[in-house]
Formats: sequence, structure tokens, C-alpha cells
Amino acid sequence: MIKVQREDFDVGRELDALTRGNARIGGVASFIGLVRDMGGADCVSALTLEHYPGMTERKLAEIEAEANKRWPLDASLIIHRYGRLEPGDRIVLVATASPHREAALAACHFLIDWLKTDAPFWKSEETPEGERWVAARHEDDEAALRWKT
Amino acid sequence: MRLLYFAWLRAKIGTAEEELALPPQVHDVNSLLQWLKSRGPGYAEALKDLSTVRVAINQDYVGPEHPIREGDEVAVFPPVTGG
Repeated sequence: MIKVQREDFDVGRELDALTRGNARIGGVASFIGLVRDMGGADCVSALTLEHYPGMTERKLAEIEAEANKRWPLDASLIIHRYGRLEPGDRIVLVATASPHREAALAACHFLIDWLKTDAPFWKSEETPEGERWVAARHEDDEAALRWKT
Repeated sequence: MRLLYFAWLRAKIGTAEEELALPPQVHDVNSLLQWLKSRGPGYAEALKDLSTVRVAINQDYVGPEHPIREGDEVAVFPPVTGG
């Protein structure tokens, strides 16, 4: 399931809903991304996430379908927020459920790596010097490429 | 053709969206970006380094040689930074 939303989410409730009524599920893996307080001179007081409505949902659904092709998942969930967020706020939740932990853990890792390089979101940071767009990280491309083979 | 711009490309170009008739010299992504550059200083500044520009047509990533047709939704944006 894909949710792209401005509002926060309740992690416990989302994970409960993911597995409720399916006793085949033996393990749930999850990743939660938070807004980091960089501190120091490079102080980021907030960030704003912009996205491409339509393409975002489409890309997330493609990534989710690919994870389901590669691993035997019983359920999966991606929630990604947009709008203005402050340090400590949740940005993203990825959760995968499977009879066994290996599939759940690997699929969860795959989903967050691919999401970072494929889903059309952009972060801009509020700093004392003004607004600054976050540059893409080469390490993120490399993390996604690990899953190519 | 419907053109969409996101993130700092939108800020530099100064608009999020525009509806344009396909000019005769534009037939693929590469020729579109070259033509856009000539439309004003904001466009030229936004598109001066094409290694930091990504293009999606009808919501799928495409390369420089992908054809563009009348009626396409063409989005131009920097590398993504979500997650």
C-alpha cells in the first residue's frame, strides 16, 4: 500500500493494520526516516518536501511491485510525507511483512534504497542564511545500484 | 505539451507549469532542453548544467533521445532527494 500525505502517521497503528488478520506473517521489518537536526553552524531549522503528484504514487507503486516480485511478501507499506517538517518529525515509513525475517528485512532495505533514488521528492532546508536545496547524494545512487543484479 | 518544473529548476525558471505548442525544432528531450534554454535568462541559468537535470515524460524517466509529441506531459527537475 502507498500513502503520500502531508499528515504525520502513527507507526504502531500502521504496523498493526499491516499484519492484522494474516496469521501467516512471521516477521515485520520497518524503516522510519526522520528529519535530522544537523546542529552547529550548519543549523537546519526545518525542511520542506516537494513532490510530483501522480508520478510519486506511480513510482512508489512500481518499486513496491518490484519488491513483491523479488521476495515472498504478505504485505508491504510505504508512507511518505510532504510539506514543511521540523527536526525529529517522521518523513517516511517503509514496512514489509513475510512468513520469514530474511525476506521482510531484505525487501525493506531494497524499498528505502530505491525510493531515495526513484521517487520524485525534493528537500529544501531552512538555514540562518536562507533556503537551500538539498543536493542528491552519490552514496544513495550506489546504495540503489547494489540491488540491480 | 504540458511542461512541469520542480524544486530549484522551478525557482530559477520562475513558474511551476506552462502549456506550450510544440515548436518545429523540438522533437526529442535534447532539442526541448536546448530550445528551453533560449527562452530567457531564468531558463538558461536553470538548464546550464544538464548533468543535474532529469526529465520525465508522462511520469516515466526518459533519456535525452526520447521523442516528444504534442499532448505529452513533460517534467523537468533536479535529481531526487526524498526518503
